[in-house]
Amino acid sequence: MTVEKMAFSKAINSALRASLESDPKTLVMGEDVGKLGGVFRITDGLQKDFGEERVIDTPLAESGIVGSAIGLALRGYRPVVEIQFDGFVFPAYDQIVTQLAKMHARALGKVKLPVVIRIPYGGGIGAVEHHSESPEALFTHVAGLKVVTPSTPSDGYWMLRQAIECDDPVIFLEPKGRYWEKGEVDAEGIPDGLHTARVARAGTDLTVAAYGPTVRTALQAAKAAEEEGRSLEVVDLRSLSPIDFDTVQRSVERTGRLVVTHEAPVFQGVGAEVAARITERCFYHLEAPVLRVGGFHAPYPPARLEDEYLPGLDRLLDGVDRALAY
Amino acid sequence: MTVESTSRDTARSTTTQESTARQPVGRTQARTAAGKSTAGKTTAGKSTSGKAKPTARKSAAGNATANGAANGKPPAKKATTRKPAASGTAAKPAARKPAAKKPAAGKSPARGTAARTKPADGPEMVQLLTPEGERVEHPDYPLTVSHEELRGLYRDMVLSRRFDAEATALQRQGELGLWPSMLGQEAAQIGSGRALRADDYVFPTYREHGVAWCRGVDPTQLLGMFRGVNHGGWDPNSNNFHLYTIVIGSQTLHAAGYAMGVAKDGGDAAVMAYFGDGASSQGDVAEAFTFAAVYQAPVVFFCQNNQWAISEPTERQTRVPLYQRAQGYGFPGLRVDGNDVLAVLATTRAAAEQTRSGQGPVLIEAFTYRMGAHTTSDDPTRYRRQEELESWEARDPILRLRRHLDREGAADEAFHSELEAESETLARRVREAIRTMPDPDPIAMFDHIYADGHTLVDEERAEFAGYLASFADHEGN
Repeated sequence: MTVEKMAFSKAINSALRASLESDPKTLVMGEDVGKLGGVFRITDGLQKDFGEERVIDTPLAESGIVGSAIGLALRGYRPVVEIQFDGFVFPAYDQIVTQLAKMHARALGKVKLPVVIRIPYGGGIGAVEHHSESPEALFTHVAGLKVVTPSTPSDGYWMLRQAIECDDPVIFLEPKGRYWEKGEVDAEGIPDGLHTARVARAGTDLTVAAYGPTVRTALQAAKAAEEEGRSLEVVDLRSLSPIDFDTVQRSVERTGRLVVTHEAPVFQGVGAEVAARITERCFYHLEAPVLRVGGFHAPYPPARLEDEYLPGLDRLLDGVDRALAY
Repeated sequence: MTVESTSRDTARSTTTQESTARQPVGRTQARTAAGKSTAGKTTAGKSTSGKAKPTARKSAAGNATANGAANGKPPAKKATTRKPAASGTAAKPAARKPAAKKPAAGKSPARGTAARTKPADGPEMVQLLTPEGERVEHPDYPLTVSHEELRGLYRDMVLSRRFDAEATALQRQGELGLWPSMLGQEAAQIGSGRALRADDYVFPTYREHGVAWCRGVDPTQLLGMFRGVNHGGWDPNSNNFHLYTIVIGSQTLHAAGYAMGVAKDGGDAAVMAYFGDGASSQGDVAEAFTFAAVYQAPVVFFCQNNQWAISEPTERQTRVPLYQRAQGYGFPGLRVDGNDVLAVLATTRAAAEQTRSGQGPVLIEAFTYRMGAHTTSDDPTRYRRQEELESWEARDPILRLRRHLDREGAADEAFHSELEAESETLARRVREAIRTMPDPDPIAMFDHIYADGHTLVDEERAEFAGYLASFADHEGN
């Protein structure tokens, strides 16, 4: 396979397929992932090609899905679990936090838990409640978990393959609002590391740190700002636990300003951690306080209001203006 | 007043258990009645006779699956097994029951004894040893045990109790932060533990010290987490004995998943999911039942109903006997006298064999009693009556086997005195191990958080090491 242009959803599907092909211990499991191919069709065709023993339609019970995936991992399998929507992960939260995250440490390293939990997350799709949330901070706070989120089809492909090969539990957050966007995927290329951030666009006046669905917004903001003569650098964090602060630091040391943006509420979100760490690391380089642009401390609103709630282009540019005004 | 109401609850609990457990009796009696017409009289005296028959019929159906397991034979057909549970039309399985159960009639003395000892035991409970140590037969669970095996089981029970007592003492002496005693549950644990093969896999709660003993886990390893030096720490794969699980019921899902893996591998190991009466209320246990059932995974769900979830009686967890839960999920369930090591051994063996052969999970409810406190932090006098404790002490599982050994002449004085000495040696070894167990290096808290590393952990480890080292510098100067 050479470089191919494909939708984000197809990239995820290709990564699952490649992992199922390369390692007979890889399993795909979740609600409706079999015949239906998942509600987003991410697992389309996989059960047909790999059988019901490896692409498993599970009972409708998230704790059961993750709990049994833990047991399968203990038996030597590498389950890739699909949680149907962000808001449905909470029945499994107990198993993820009290069991999955801690078991390797509790066994003093004698067992490994290579479980990937794929969660379509984020808003902007006009859904009913519990279908648009961004719970990443609830996972990054837990030692023992790794949390990553791709923003492009290429990252979708490679980061999922890397997550499946990782011997630790990985929460794999897929920006569902980007599922149908296309991009180039080079399945024979050399991928970036799973936990490195990437400068998605170079600039000199201010750094915007974004991840998942807000990377596109940040790139749009950079384009709009350019027309006003401002040069924004966009850093795609890609990994939320751990976070590649070195890349952010290098950027901010050059630009002197940082705005962090995510769909999740800003209060005690990933942006707060980035702000604190970068302030500590770049104190003498900063020309302005690190600002955050994100969701409010409100339940995710009804769909008719989500454009106001989400950090869109205008709100992000407003944040950029405020940071530049210092 | 609190105490009073609690004891009332307890009384009610017993009644509930009793009445439901008795339904099957009704069935037996109804049958006997047909032949002898005496049963009617017995029940009539209790003024329940009017109800006896209809209920009996219903429960007979309800128990069809349980008896299927009891016969050690596959439920005739999957569909048949599931039907009664799903549709509630119990007539057919019920109809095939009497034939299967015929031998039971010949066994009434044993049942009589069991019933006499304690109403809540319920005659449906599989029993091979009466509390007096008399061997009785059960048609579905034939068991031949040599004197040597009897002595082996006795030794296991005595040594694991001695270990347990030592751990309690070590907590009192401040060597352990906490200890959850298994006192009273030795038969349930040794009987089930000894029923397993080396390649079977066990997912314990935090009270399975006797099972751990059977699996060959060094008892001193169990103490680390209760001393506060680790959170488990033994290698689960070296004895196929997973880490203790503190969160109630979580491990049953791990067992279901592990068993799904066994089935995928084409293996024939059985996976044991231990849990308690309290855990039976957890959603994870319900989900584990569902997963194991729909994937026909080789799990033996082994519920030690020790009557108390800290201060809450079983009545606060369920309105039906726990073993009957299995029916709703389409797999067999049975209740065994959890203080009868032979009955536990026989039923667990049968369940493990059945599950190995690809017929899906089995639920065993071992009816037993937590003779001690929930943990060393608990005070059971606040919620349960002394008489209840005493009634169970009279059915002490070790005492029961001892009586049997004596009846059989299976162990001489030399055996007992050697065992006594061995117990003391074990206790001494445990004491010494605990007292010399080192605290972990502070830096160890950063170990094994991730298998593939994590930069934040590396950073914090280095910072903390530097901080610690700064004290060393000062001291050095």
